[in-house]
Amino acid sequence: MSTTEATQSAPAALVTGGSRGLGRALGLALAAAGSPVVLVAREQGPLDQVVAEIRARGGRAHGIAADIADREAVAAIAGQATALIGPIDLLINNASTLGPAPLRLLLDTDCEDLSRALEVNLVAAFRLTKALAGSMVLRRRGTIVNISSDAAVEAYPRWGAYAASKAALDHLGRIWAAELEGTGVCVLTVDPGEMNTRMHADAIPDADPASLADPARVATKIVGWLTGKVSGSPASGQRVAVPLAEGRTS
Amino acid sequence: MKAARTYPARRDDVRLLVVDGATGSLREGRTPALPSLLASGDLLVVNDAATLPASLHGRDAADAPLEARLISADSERGAGHFWAVLFGAGDWHQRTEDRPPPPALAAGARLRFGGLAAQIVALSPVSPRLVALRFGDADDAVWAALYREGRPVQYSYLAHELPLWAVQTAYAGRPWAFEMPSAGRPLSWEILLALSRRGVRWAFLTHAAGLSSTGDPVLDAALPLPERFDIPASTIAAIADTHQQGGRVIAVGTTVVRALEGGSAPDGSLREGSGVTDLRIGPGYRPRVVDGILSGIHTAAESHFALLAAFAPLDLLRSAERYAEAHGFTSHELGDAMLILPATRRPLRLPDARPGRSDDARI
Repeated sequence: MSTTEATQSAPAALVTGGSRGLGRALGLALAAAGSPVVLVAREQGPLDQVVAEIRARGGRAHGIAADIADREAVAAIAGQATALIGPIDLLINNASTLGPAPLRLLLDTDCEDLSRALEVNLVAAFRLTKALAGSMVLRRRGTIVNISSDAAVEAYPRWGAYAASKAALDHLGRIWAAELEGTGVCVLTVDPGEMNTRMHADAIPDADPASLADPARVATKIVGWLTGKVSGSPASGQRVAVPLAEGRTS
Repeated sequence: MKAARTYPARRDDVRLLVVDGATGSLREGRTPALPSLLASGDLLVVNDAATLPASLHGRDAADAPLEARLISADSERGAGHFWAVLFGAGDWHQRTEDRPPPPALAAGARLRFGGLAAQIVALSPVSPRLVALRFGDADDAVWAALYREGRPVQYSYLAHELPLWAVQTAYAGRPWAFEMPSAGRPLSWEILLALSRRGVRWAFLTHAAGLSSTGDPVLDAALPLPERFDIPASTIAAIADTHQQGGRVIAVGTTVVRALEGGSAPDGSLREGSGVTDLRIGPGYRPRVVDGILSGIHTAAESHFALLAAFAPLDLLRSAERYAEAHGFTSHELGDAMLILPATRRPLRLPDARPGRSDDARI
C-alpha cells in the first residue's frame, strides 16, 4: 500500500484488550466505519473469534496474541501491526487489569498487585504509545486514546491500585497532548462509564446489568467522536466521559 | 577505527564530525548541536522503515544448523516470501567471514526456524547462499512467527545482543528494513522538534534497507541488491519547495540517498509512490536531488564510503577518516555521526510567475 492511499483512507487502528468487552466493541465499530484494525490480547482463542466476526461482516481485522506488559513484546507488536495494516493512525490503549478480585482495601493490597496494575495500565500503555507515536508525528497524523475510568477521579474505597494507575494514565495523556501540540497528533482520555463487561462483573459481581451501559453503544459513541461523525469531538488533551444514558440499551 | 560496541546512554548524544564542503574544513561537535549546523529552509529527509527481526536460527531437513538473514521482501512472489542469505553453524559472536558455509541446499529444501517452517523456492544466480524462502500465505501467522522466532541482525563487535527495540529509530513506521537505518539513530524528538523551531523542515520516505555485508566476497560484490522504496507526495513537495527557496536537502543515511536518487528522473523530478532501485552511487556521481548527508562514520574500506564521495571530494573524506581515527571516533551501527554539507548552495530557482499564486508573500 502506498503512503498516499493510507493517508486518504480511514485510520488504521490498533486496539489493546481487543478480545472482550469495550476493546472488542471498539474493534467491531472501527471496522464497520472502514478502518483496518489490529486487535491485541493475551489469549489467542477469544482474539480469533473477534477477528473472524469482523471479517464475516466484511471488515478488515488481524489479531496479535501478546502480553502488552512484556516489555520485549512491544516493538514486535508495533512491527507486526504495521506490517499487517500499514502505519498506525489510531492507538486505543484499552487493555487494563483490575488486579485480584474481589477488590481489596489498600491496607490489604499486596505491593506486587499495585506494581502489576501500574505496569499494565500505565507503563505498557506508555511503551506502546512511544513505539507508535513517533511515526504519527513524522506523518503529522494520529490519535491516541487512553481508556480511563471515573475511578481515576473519585476516591472509591478498594479501587486503589486500579484507580491510581488510571489517574496516572490520565495525567500522562495530558502531558503527551502538551508535548505533541502542533504536531498533528491528538491525545484523548475517554471514561467509557460503567459497562456490562467481564471486568465490571469481576469488580462488582452483584451489579444489576440493566443499570450498566452496553459496550457496543459506548464504542459507537467513541468511534463517532474519533471519526468526527458526531458533534462534540473532544480536542487533544481533553478527558471526556460517555454519558451513561447514551450507553444504556434501554 | 573502533566500532561502537553498545548503544550510547542517550540516543541523541554522540560525537558529530562535520565535513564542510564549502570551506573544505572539518569541525567537531555533538549531535545535539545539529539544529545549529543547519539553516532555516533546509530539509532533512529520514527513512522511517522500522527494523525487522531479520535473523533466524534453524535447521535443515538433515538437522544441520544454519542461520537465515532476510535481505529483502520477495515482492514478485508476494506475501510470506523473502530473499535470505544463509550462513552455516555459529552465531553473531563470530565474524561473518569466519562462519562456515551453510549446508548445500537445493530448491524445494525444507527448513525449520523454531516454530517457523520455510521452504527454499529458488536459488539466486548470484550465489547458492542467496535463496528465495517461502514461509506461508497467511499474513497474520507468518508475521507472528517471524517476530517470535527472529532476532535483529547482530554484529560480531557488539558487547551484547541487541533487542528489537534497540534497533528502531524514534520515528519507525512500516517494518521494511532488514538492518537498522542507523544514520537516523541519533535523531531524538528533542532534536527533530528543535530543527522545526529553527525553520529546518523534515520529511520522510520508506526504504527497505537490506543487509550491509555478508562476509562472502561474491555476495558482497553484488550488494546492495535492488531495494524497494515509497516516497509520499508530501516529501516530494517539500523537496521541490526547498530547492526552489535555495535550501539544502540533507539525506539521513545512504538509504535515503538511494531512494531519492534512484527514484528520480534525469531532471531530478520525483514521482510519488513506490519503486525499486538498483542504483549504485560512487565518486563521480552527480546527485540530482540530495545536497548533503547525515551518516555514520565510514572508512574507505566500506561500500558506504564510495557513496559519500558523491557529496564531498575524496581527499576531504580521506582527511575526515584520518581525523576520526586519530580522535577516537567510533564507527558502525551504534557509533558516532558525520554530517557532510555541500560545497555550494543550489542556484535559487524563483517560483513560476503564475497569476493568482499566493506564495509571492514568502519572497
